[in-house]
Amino acid sequence: MKTVLRNVAPYGEQAVDVVLDGDRIAALVPVGTGVGDLVHQFSGEVLLPGLVDLHTHLREPGREDAETILTGTRAAALGGYTAVHAMANTDPVADTAGVVEQVLRLGHAAGYVDVRPVGAVTVGLKGERLAELGAMADSAAQVRVFSDDGKCVSDPLLMRRALEYVKAFDGVVAQHAQEPRLTEGAQMNEGVVSARLGLAGWPAVAEEAIIARDVLLAEHVGSRLHLCHLSTEGSVDIIRWAKSRGINVTAEVTPHHLLLTDELAATYDPVYKVNPPLRTAADVEAVRAGLADGTIDIVATDHAPHPTEDKDCEWAAAAMGMLGLETALSVVIETMIDSGRLTWRQVAERMSTNPARIGRVTDHGNPLAAGEYANLCVVDPGAAWLVDPAALASRSRNTPYAARTMRGRVVATFLRGTATVLNGALAL
Amino acid sequence: MQHLLSTADLTRDDALLILDTAAELAQISDRPMKKLPTLRGRTVVNLFYEDSTRTRISFEAAAKRLSADVINFSAKGSSVSKGESLKDTALTLQAMGADAVVIRHAASGAPHRLAHSGWIESTVINAGDGTHEHPTQALLDAYTLRKHLRDGDGDLAGARITIVGDVLHSRVARSNVLLLNTLGAHVTLCAPPTLLPVGVEEWPCAVSYALDQAIADADAVMMLRVQLERMNASFFPSAHEYSRRYGLDAQRMSTLPTHTIVMHPGPMNRGMEIAADVADSKRSVIVEQVSNGVSVRMAVMYLLLGGAESGIGGN
Ligand SMILES: [Zn+2]
Repeated sequence: MKTVLRNVAPYGEQAVDVVLDGDRIAALVPVGTGVGDLVHQFSGEVLLPGLVDLHTHLREPGREDAETILTGTRAAALGGYTAVHAMANTDPVADTAGVVEQVLRLGHAAGYVDVRPVGAVTVGLKGERLAELGAMADSAAQVRVFSDDGKCVSDPLLMRRALEYVKAFDGVVAQHAQEPRLTEGAQMNEGVVSARLGLAGWPAVAEEAIIARDVLLAEHVGSRLHLCHLSTEGSVDIIRWAKSRGINVTAEVTPHHLLLTDELAATYDPVYKVNPPLRTAADVEAVRAGLADGTIDIVATDHAPHPTEDKDCEWAAAAMGMLGLETALSVVIETMIDSGRLTWRQVAERMSTNPARIGRVTDHGNPLAAGEYANLCVVDPGAAWLVDPAALASRSRNTPYAARTMRGRVVATFLRGTATVLNGALAL
Repeated sequence: MQHLLSTADLTRDDALLILDTAAELAQISDRPMKKLPTLRGRTVVNLFYEDSTRTRISFEAAAKRLSADVINFSAKGSSVSKGESLKDTALTLQAMGADAVVIRHAASGAPHRLAHSGWIESTVINAGDGTHEHPTQALLDAYTLRKHLRDGDGDLAGARITIVGDVLHSRVARSNVLLLNTLGAHVTLCAPPTLLPVGVEEWPCAVSYALDQAIADADAVMMLRVQLERMNASFFPSAHEYSRRYGLDAQRMSTLPTHTIVMHPGPMNRGMEIAADVADSKRSVIVEQVSNGVSVRMAVMYLLLGGAESGIGGN
């Protein structure tokens, strides 16, 4: 069966008709000339390769009150994603072949995006001994990304071993960089605002010290290292230095660290409580610059759903994390496209091509060209929308953008030629 | 102003109105018939998530002298992670018709959440939240300072106040720095660097690591309580070293100008941050701080709950 996406602009450039044949792109032809059994009429919106998230908390198994693989992947599709990496800090932890295969299966059953399970680095995320990384890699889930995210692999020897061990199957360790002793009881970024609010500080150095150590370890053992959610100016500087030395390191930034600052903690509203914490305006500028110049390779959501009762409380009692899948592209448009710091082609690299490459997801993040899998998203960059937490597809409501007007609406998403989103709504 | 959450919210005029009102109410407290009918029929709830008998009793006495009905809602022992949520407690108090909630909580910002989350319509008075603020303590300190240094009149322009001790964890220090600065005083904080917050350089005060210099020309020295457990977290090496470097003993007290007063928000660790003979000396106004606390808290409740026109700030 042939499907035509009429009048879409690949990377925001010259509009074309994109003809799909089954699960692949058959041809890109001049507007009005595409012929097919089914025609989706667009009006010149931006066509991108389907977005790939390297950092998604889907919460299933274990916290289905916060999110399920079904609700989380619906949110992903609405956000323009065609593949997400499901973080391992579930209950039970995704530290065995059995659990990662269960997550894979549930993702497949939901059908909205490809769910790529992340395997835990250590058993139970306890940071004591390696989980069966090889078994997870060899399983049906084909795990390539390993992370104790939520916790830092703080033991330097264990981190070294993990970096070395995953080389055997081309894996990567994705580090949540947080020196645990320096962040005991930490509630928010340590600085002028925390001093005023009397909230225990999470110093930038607790992130930077681990990143500095880990890039040196990666260099020493010749391994691939990925760093989750860079949040500080110093972290960007260290990665820039590491890359200049040829160290095989990649890094991500979250949408919220591109947009929000620690001043929001002054509301004491825990919807702004996240780990790593929101930082200063100087840090925000540094991560934007790092994303623009390629020091930071990707935007990853760190989508972290929490039920209402875990946020509707005093700051110290609240859970850390915020939703991200349905708002990520709008944040990138606001912070990077509107300011002219990134082109759409560069956005496609940072939100699709690069995360797919880091995660070794071969079916995604490919060029918009004939013969490639039709994993696509169509976005109307000018469309304004009001973020209504109750209207999100996620089971949770903890978006920091409630009542904010954002620009950029995903109008359609295609997973291997099948529409998961059409007219801005779920199509499955 | 509907709530008292932070001294940062008080203008100079607001603060002076509270102090002047407290002075008037203090005269009533000296009379045999201590009660005023101002808050008759109003309900004040003392919602204390932390054990602080002295603060609770002070608020209770203040409310009763204004003829309010007082309910003590002790939530002590209910840590932030277990027991009834703050929200559910707030909804209960709202249903009970609380006109004011005086809240003491271990979590910084809990009074702010109570006041601004739409859970409750009552006036919220912060009786100490975590390591954030303790506004009525700062007000009673200002009242005490004004009485001794300015004959109970006007502001504290030019007064030199040194606050010594665990500033990092002190809600008293935060509230005092802001309020005393608003009232024109020059505040110096003195502590080992480990017990000063990162970011303190943005506060409207001077900072010193050397006690002898910091108190040399002070008009008042305020000693903060230092919990011994801080030693285990390596904030300082030993109680002995702390008290030698940052404690106020008789020898150090003897170097102070003759008019200088010594304050402490209590409870004291005698022998740690303050020597017993200093605490009991003529310079010490520590006991008086306690009695001034009742007057100041009466003033706060009177102004927040009493007359519609006399409210602090006017909005
Ligand atoms: Zn993380």
